[in-house]
Amino acid sequence: MSGMTNSHGRFQAQSPGSPEIAARFPDLHPAFDPTAAVVEANRCLYCFDAPCAQACPTHIDVPKFIKKIASDNLEGSARTILEANILGASCSRACPVEVLCEGACVLHRYNKQPIEIAKLQRFAMDTLYASGTPHPFTPGADAGKSVALIGGGPASLACAAELRRHGIRAQIYDARPLPGGLNTYGIAEYKLPLAESLREIDMLTQLGVEFHFNSWIDAEGLAKLEAENDAVFLGMGLGAIHKLGIAGEEKSGVTNALDFIAGYKSGSIDSVPPKVAVIGAGNTAIDAANAAVRLGATEVHMIYRRGPEQMSAFAFEYEHAKQEGVRFLWHVAPKGLVGEDLVEAMELMRLVPSEDGSLVPRPEEDFTLDLDLVILAIGQSTHTEFLKGGSVKLERGRVVIDRATGQTTNAKYFAGGDCANGGREVVDAVADGKRAGVGIAAWLAEKKEA
Amino acid sequence: MPTLETTFAGIKCLNPFWLASAPPTNCGEQIMRAFDAGWGGAVWKTIGAPVRNVSSRYSAMDLNGQKMVGFNNIELISDRPTELNLREIAEVKRRYPKHVVIASLMVESNREAWHDIVKRAEDAGADGLELNFGCPHGMSERGMGSAVGQVPEYCAQITSWVKEAARTPVIVKLTPNISDIRMPARAAKKGGADAVSAINTINSITGIDLDTLEPRPKVDGKSSHGGYCGPAVKPIALNMVQQVMSDPEVGLPLSGIGGIGTWQDAAEFILLGAGNVQVCTAAMHYGYRIVEDMKDGLLSWMKRKGYETIDDFRGLSLPRVTEWKHLNLNYNVVARIHESKCIGCQLCYTACWDGAHQCIHLDRAEATQDVNTSPQQIAAAAPKSITVTPIPKLDMSGLGETGPYATPLARIPRVDEHHCVGCNLCSLVCPVPGCITMEQVPNDLPMETWAGKTAAGYVPEGITGPKDLF
Repeated sequence: MSGMTNSHGRFQAQSPGSPEIAARFPDLHPAFDPTAAVVEANRCLYCFDAPCAQACPTHIDVPKFIKKIASDNLEGSARTILEANILGASCSRACPVEVLCEGACVLHRYNKQPIEIAKLQRFAMDTLYASGTPHPFTPGADAGKSVALIGGGPASLACAAELRRHGIRAQIYDARPLPGGLNTYGIAEYKLPLAESLREIDMLTQLGVEFHFNSWIDAEGLAKLEAENDAVFLGMGLGAIHKLGIAGEEKSGVTNALDFIAGYKSGSIDSVPPKVAVIGAGNTAIDAANAAVRLGATEVHMIYRRGPEQMSAFAFEYEHAKQEGVRFLWHVAPKGLVGEDLVEAMELMRLVPSEDGSLVPRPEEDFTLDLDLVILAIGQSTHTEFLKGGSVKLERGRVVIDRATGQTTNAKYFAGGDCANGGREVVDAVADGKRAGVGIAAWLAEKKEA
Repeated sequence: MPTLETTFAGIKCLNPFWLASAPPTNCGEQIMRAFDAGWGGAVWKTIGAPVRNVSSRYSAMDLNGQKMVGFNNIELISDRPTELNLREIAEVKRRYPKHVVIASLMVESNREAWHDIVKRAEDAGADGLELNFGCPHGMSERGMGSAVGQVPEYCAQITSWVKEAARTPVIVKLTPNISDIRMPARAAKKGGADAVSAINTINSITGIDLDTLEPRPKVDGKSSHGGYCGPAVKPIALNMVQQVMSDPEVGLPLSGIGGIGTWQDAAEFILLGAGNVQVCTAAMHYGYRIVEDMKDGLLSWMKRKGYETIDDFRGLSLPRVTEWKHLNLNYNVVARIHESKCIGCQLCYTACWDGAHQCIHLDRAEATQDVNTSPQQIAAAAPKSITVTPIPKLDMSGLGETGPYATPLARIPRVDEHHCVGCNLCSLVCPVPGCITMEQVPNDLPMETWAGKTAAGYVPEGITGPKDLF
């Protein structure tokens, strides 16, 4: 276990972002200016027990923060958001609001124009962060307790913030050199720039959250942390992207979507060759395909063995990819990779769905696609090897938790985020982390009394 | 084809839309442009006593993004030379003989001064005179404007002086800054007025700058109470118009003023007896061009309703205003929510619980009716539910399909019709047109009024409403 502690770091200052990347990935949804925000805020009906707040996994009181924008109480607006969601700024950019708050807005049934909740939320949060005022929350009185959090992504950050508000020491251990996990390294730059994720975490560090970077926790390390702390929160997310399992996969020119996205976001990738294929049809695959277009590819194909009806990407993401110029090859699966050291083409087979839903190959229709870069986006494996001591119960690789408290089958262990829910959105991880933070504080208080 | 041509207090008008005495009628050039835009008449900005104005004069109240819902001014009467105003009145009348020009007058309270200004205004060609007994700021401190309008004796006295000299119709403009507007209206009648106009502006402070703590409009760090007008004052004006028009002791034509900006507003004033209407704030907000739709819309409505002239519908709503004690106590309405239109905002629910009679409930999706769960309990429980982002093809199939309507059944409130008192609140807060209607519940009870019951010897003892009789 190595790494440095940086409890008051200016993470944003360490952002490796380049002007070139910023120019190629401008905001997909540009920010509101103050006038537009107030006009939009005034459209909100102020529903009772609002469906938007119900649909939000963190249950932000949406009408409440929107009315505060209308009344020019912007600090109160941001505080309302943070009270429910400590990562309110990044969620306002990263959330698939079409299927969350905005999708639930009653105005869909009124004039077909839902309130632009995400942009209003971003406006309130940006205004707070730009104002230079301190974080509206302060750490609670020292409770004399300490929690180790594995992984520095949204789940751990939300859990840590909750712990600090209860006066509990929160130490985050992360394998990367900067905090935020997928919030920092894994979200399309036109939605959430890496620097914005870090800015938000800079604010959060005011609560006294401690970070240990470049820290890879193995079974031995975990045992040590368990012994040194009053509780452990597991927020390590998922593991590596699955391999295809075909010949030639080790060739140069084959990468995976997470490394690719993290690479361009952190500046180590600034261009791609002309012909790119993305394997998979989930939201991450689409982020990778769109990024390839913006990084200079002239021909980007997404390859999926089923049809558009079965793709796991949100419908609005599919539409966006089409607008970016991504082409789709449906009912096609990779068979082999051609090329010496460097990949030059991919052999593909056509698959036809049969009566029972299984996919039947049509060898006579095999074809070859010339390409320079293959990006795999066919789902992530789990990252639980370090838990193999049987300390917590797993199911299909997921950490089993009590949903309300985040507690695992081992009372001292709590968990949340992708490692527990199998891979959902940032906002789901924040909700998990918040519940676990409250759960840990309650459990520690209970233990103290007993 | 209906016509907007009408006659007010003997003055023939192309249409009932006059610009009120105010900044839009400050000079001849403006008024001629207004006539070109379609206005039927203009009451010239009050001429008479010499004044000097302050800088920064107007302020407004905005509401939820709507600008100038209420408007306020501390401007005085015309600060142009009287001679110039009179010369321009003559020029306007020469060039627009069919359009009405009314001279609004205000001078010191002495007979000779009034005789003099009346003669000069009429010599200039004014079609009529409006006596400004209403201006509530500045001029009143000098014993003019509302200082006259608030004392019925002064009002009658000056009106009679004017009538001694006047050859054209005399309209007395009434101030609303008085407890019973019928008193100055009766005084005007007593003084011989040919008509009244109502209302002038209402005393107001529109707001305070929360940074500097200065009220608006700001004049060198201070402010003064001003005259309030604009859409916000219309209900007050309508009430006063009705009071004057229903008073048998007044019996004069009335020119309606107060928050009029649309043809609907105008129709409402006329239905309460106004012979024509005067407009200021809406023209200051949007310009003279607004008169086009006022005329067009009113004509279309008249055509739909079968009215040929303004007089065909003038005053038709007056008999429908009565004292409360004559209202039918046995008339009964209840709220009905049209489920297919409901969008599920539940504003009616929270309004009924917190602002009315706790008879709208959220139990449609429950097995049994639940009239006890309060909004506070629901709000407290809401954040405790566990929600996840729906994953396509996995969790999204059942989204929203919880009933026969577009809105999930659990979101559509239910009215407990037995306990609904028919207050209207839910239908007023509902954002969707026609979603909540107030429906009459027929009963066999004869009409019964408070006046009738008490006259028959009834002694009240704790009856709260018609439902208790069932």
